[in-house]
Amino acid sequence: MRRQVEGSKAVAETVARCRPAVVAAYPISPQTHIVERLSELVTAGELDSCEYLMVESEFGALSACIGASAAGGRTYTATASQGLLFMAEALPNASGLGLPIVMTVANRAIGAPINIWNDHSDALSQRDAGWLQLFASSNQEAVDLHVQAFALAERLSLPVMVCMDGFVLTHAMEEIDIPEQDEVDAFLPEFRPRQWLDPDHPVTIGAMVGPDAFTEVKYLMAQRQLRALDTVDQVAAEFRGVFDRDSGGLLRPYRTEDADVVLVVMGSVWGTAADAVDQLRKDDIRAGVLGVTCYRPWPSGELHDALLGVPTVVVVNRALALGSGGVLGQDVRVTAPAGTEVREVVMGLGGRPVARSGLVDLVIDVLDGWEPAGVLDFRDLDEAVAHHELAKEEAQP
Amino acid sequence: MTMDVRIHGRGGQGVVTAAELLSLAAFDQGLHAQALPSFGSERTGAPVVSFCRIDEHPIRAHDPLDAPDVIVVQDPTLLSGPGVLAGLADDGVVVVNSARTPQELAHAGLHLRDGQRAVCIPASELARELLGRPLPNTALVGALVGLTGVVGLPALHKAIEQRFTTASDDVLAANLQLASDAYAQVQERERDDA
Repeated sequence: MRRQVEGSKAVAETVARCRPAVVAAYPISPQTHIVERLSELVTAGELDSCEYLMVESEFGALSACIGASAAGGRTYTATASQGLLFMAEALPNASGLGLPIVMTVANRAIGAPINIWNDHSDALSQRDAGWLQLFASSNQEAVDLHVQAFALAERLSLPVMVCMDGFVLTHAMEEIDIPEQDEVDAFLPEFRPRQWLDPDHPVTIGAMVGPDAFTEVKYLMAQRQLRALDTVDQVAAEFRGVFDRDSGGLLRPYRTEDADVVLVVMGSVWGTAADAVDQLRKDDIRAGVLGVTCYRPWPSGELHDALLGVPTVVVVNRALALGSGGVLGQDVRVTAPAGTEVREVVMGLGGRPVARSGLVDLVIDVLDGWEPAGVLDFRDLDEAVAHHELAKEEAQP
Repeated sequence: MTMDVRIHGRGGQGVVTAAELLSLAAFDQGLHAQALPSFGSERTGAPVVSFCRIDEHPIRAHDPLDAPDVIVVQDPTLLSGPGVLAGLADDGVVVVNSARTPQELAHAGLHLRDGQRAVCIPASELARELLGRPLPNTALVGALVGLTGVVGLPALHKAIEQRFTTASDDVLAANLQLASDAYAQVQERERDDA
């Protein structure tokens, strides 16, 4: 049923309808409303046989989830920013052990300087942890991706992060169709783990692997990640069949077919960029936008094909690889077809809004021959302040 | 039909709630709506901004509104600060929480261009009387609705009932009354001006 509801609340209610057996989480802005709402639902008895674990930290939360998942329970957690970093040690264990944990990341900048607002530096700092990473372009997609995430995780025996922009989505009140319980039940079968820790039938999960087999284990993990691309597509197609709407999948193209310039974006900027594209097209400027829904595994083949024939691509980076460039941009650079010029900008760090007007100006500037300043062009920089401070730093002996 | 609203106030004044109420009422009337907070700070008393988009078409964008049709000012001392009236549409309206007139607020920073106009409503006084606390948001949304007609008063009442589910019966009743009183006040003034 369509309701006007806050993004966090809609996600919490959707997760509840996925019937998790264990929820373990530690509150951190801007994720807090999600786990608060889940704890209310558990307290009110609306989640049958779900154990909500109070933990002392994010490290404790993910560790508890790893244990719960290894014991065969459907397991959920949520975090953001430094909370995700505090989980970092355990993240590759969850993926390496093949545990289908689902986690919401309410994307937020990482410090220092401390900043509670939205960008993608938290999730992208963990891009190599072996988790699937799906980015929601809207609150509707955020809700839908959670239902898909449990299906994906359990089918693949891999953990999944559902990334949704902090505040911009988590705290936005919008029209959202929260999947009904019977629909979720029809889509998401009961969790049947491939193996689980059972005192009556002992198994070892997480044995040490030495040089004789470590490479082979990692090779299989790498192959499994790449095979997951097909499953992401397949689950999105099955979801469309049950819920009759497009959510998830690998990429979200909009008016890219004949475009002279395509913006490549992730997360909630997609909608703003789509509006920018419509505005530009009214002035006969052929722009398009390509949203990356599935960031890990990286859909190289699909992205390559989606950009075939596009003369210029501009990647909107919302996370930095300090000392190197933009994170998303580097993936796009190695994937884009030979004839496509890839440019990169940095926008929207630490809550600086990515406005439609800014994207419109960006496309027009690119068509007018504007060249980014190297691989790290801060498009929305306060240049006067930044250059003044830089000059001072450089003047110091 | 589209209407973009930006709400300025201070932490604790219900700035985010005001945007949510408006979005709930619009949704109830079959429109599409989006309430967005802008958390400049979470401290009580610090300046806070929220946004509400209302549209007959589905809303995709999530950027802040830079050219609002309506600006609500929950604390008139904010008028002297930067950016409160920035980007107001040429025929835009400002709803100010004040017992004074727009002319009297000129020295406080209420400067408008030809075609734009301001309406003052003593929302804090009304709230102190009915609610016992100077929480101006429901009265201001009532005034906005009365002024623009973007949604009906019953839809706003329903939104208040939906949003204030944990409030006591007295608090809920007072907020419903605040919305009605402010709505009636601006409608009466509009009739007198006509």
